[in-house]
Amino acid sequence: MTSPLSAVQQQARDAAMSMPLDAIDPADPEYFVHDTVGHYFERLRRDDPVHKSDSPYFGPYWSITKYADIMHVDTHHDIFSSDWSRGGITLTDPPEGEKLQMFIAMDPPRHDDQRKAITPIVAPPNLMKMEGLIRERTCKVLDGLPRNETFNWVDEVSIELTTLMLATLFDFPLEDRRLLTWWSDVATMNKKLNPDALEPHERMAELGKMLEYFTRLWNERINAPPASDLVSMLAHGPSTRNMSPLEYMGNLVLLIVGGNDTTRNSMTGGLLALHDNPDQWAKLRADPELIASLVPEIVRWQTPLAHMRRTAIADSEVGGKRILAGDKVAMWYLSGNRDESAIDDAHRFIIDRARPRQHLSFGFGIHRCVGNRLAELQLRILWEEILKRFPVIEVVGEPVRVRSTFVRGFSQLPVRIPG
Amino acid sequence: MPRVTFVTFAGEHHVVDVPAGTTLMRAATDHGVPGIDGDCGGNCACATCHVFIEAPWASKLSPRSDHEEDMLGLTVDPRPSSRLGCQIRVTDAIDGIVVQLPQGQH
Repeated sequence: MTSPLSAVQQQARDAAMSMPLDAIDPADPEYFVHDTVGHYFERLRRDDPVHKSDSPYFGPYWSITKYADIMHVDTHHDIFSSDWSRGGITLTDPPEGEKLQMFIAMDPPRHDDQRKAITPIVAPPNLMKMEGLIRERTCKVLDGLPRNETFNWVDEVSIELTTLMLATLFDFPLEDRRLLTWWSDVATMNKKLNPDALEPHERMAELGKMLEYFTRLWNERINAPPASDLVSMLAHGPSTRNMSPLEYMGNLVLLIVGGNDTTRNSMTGGLLALHDNPDQWAKLRADPELIASLVPEIVRWQTPLAHMRRTAIADSEVGGKRILAGDKVAMWYLSGNRDESAIDDAHRFIIDRARPRQHLSFGFGIHRCVGNRLAELQLRILWEEILKRFPVIEVVGEPVRVRSTFVRGFSQLPVRIPG
Repeated sequence: MPRVTFVTFAGEHHVVDVPAGTTLMRAATDHGVPGIDGDCGGNCACATCHVFIEAPWASKLSPRSDHEEDMLGLTVDPRPSSRLGCQIRVTDAIDGIVVQLPQGQH
């Protein structure tokens, strides 16, 4: 962006560039609420790309901040484990008894088997079949938006569309769809970071209700012929039909969060990015074909999951630093996606990049986002339908960002569509 | 320069000549052949350059590495003829190779 930095940003930048390296701890939720973490990452990429911090929230951990080093860690699952029993995939260590077994938090071979069971629903042949329905639902939501009054884009568009999609994938009763939004929020709540979050026991109680609801659906589907919804696929799939309740719950959380928080925030982040870069919005209006490269650029720019965590299970060297077995490692996708040594003009939002798909937001290696093509399809349809309808969408206030070092997202973005 | 023929899922043929040493993934993406994405830029890390290579060409290629094998596990319809285009360099020895593309990359 070419506009001068706000006072908050300038202050954060000065602090990030001048504080002693030892003091830098990017996993500070304050930096995410104010969207100032980028300055700290810029300093680390320059001065200490593989960096050790001791967090008051997460204990000691390594930050991997450069694109190439993140690619290295992500593609060495034999050294950097995702397994839930070692702490899983986020910096937060779940309390004992709350370790959710989901395939994103498993190493091979169990990961591979369970992932394969659900891959077909989000694979290109099935997506082609779903495109019409996604478009119909998107049109209906957009046509129902208020005119000439301020509303929250996050709630009316981003949450509504992603929740509808998720309900479709699960064949979940549409009238109860906001439960999915609630459970997604509950699943990523972190009392340590956010005083407003539920207590751990309340959180588990809510997830228990989710399991109860989905167990009912499971029982219905297991007694019916195999269908193409996710619950039926899990209930009939040879590698998933004997899952324990905790494992079923873990995989539900994975699919609900994976299909909800991520695309939701790219839907909001994309609008904000275009608003902040009016030249890019003008370019898009002049040539709607650019939606093809706009979509991956939005996903890079937003990076809706700021990091993925791994736990080293062998000693190795990354970027010249010795990482030992047992160490906690954060791959900061958000930082790698701003790495000038891997992406030209990484600090600029450019909707017609030469290689827009080369970003880290979906991860790389065997845990690469299984729903990436569905996410892109939803975003493509959203922008195609927006361009057909609204010559202008005004962002009329500051966004409110969520207090998380994992989900990089928004709770509010006030907008107005002139009628 | 060695020649590569890409055959899309719909049956269209795209013929490209590329300098020896170019990977199949780059041969496709640099020439606008639809159906290959190459999201990771050639690091064997995304499986979005999935292709099928049948006889007689298959036996002229070096075998799949463990890493390639792992990544092929992420594709929708892996077959015995599945390969990742980024792991195969075009050489004079495979001049004329025919490469079939899947319905979509994932």
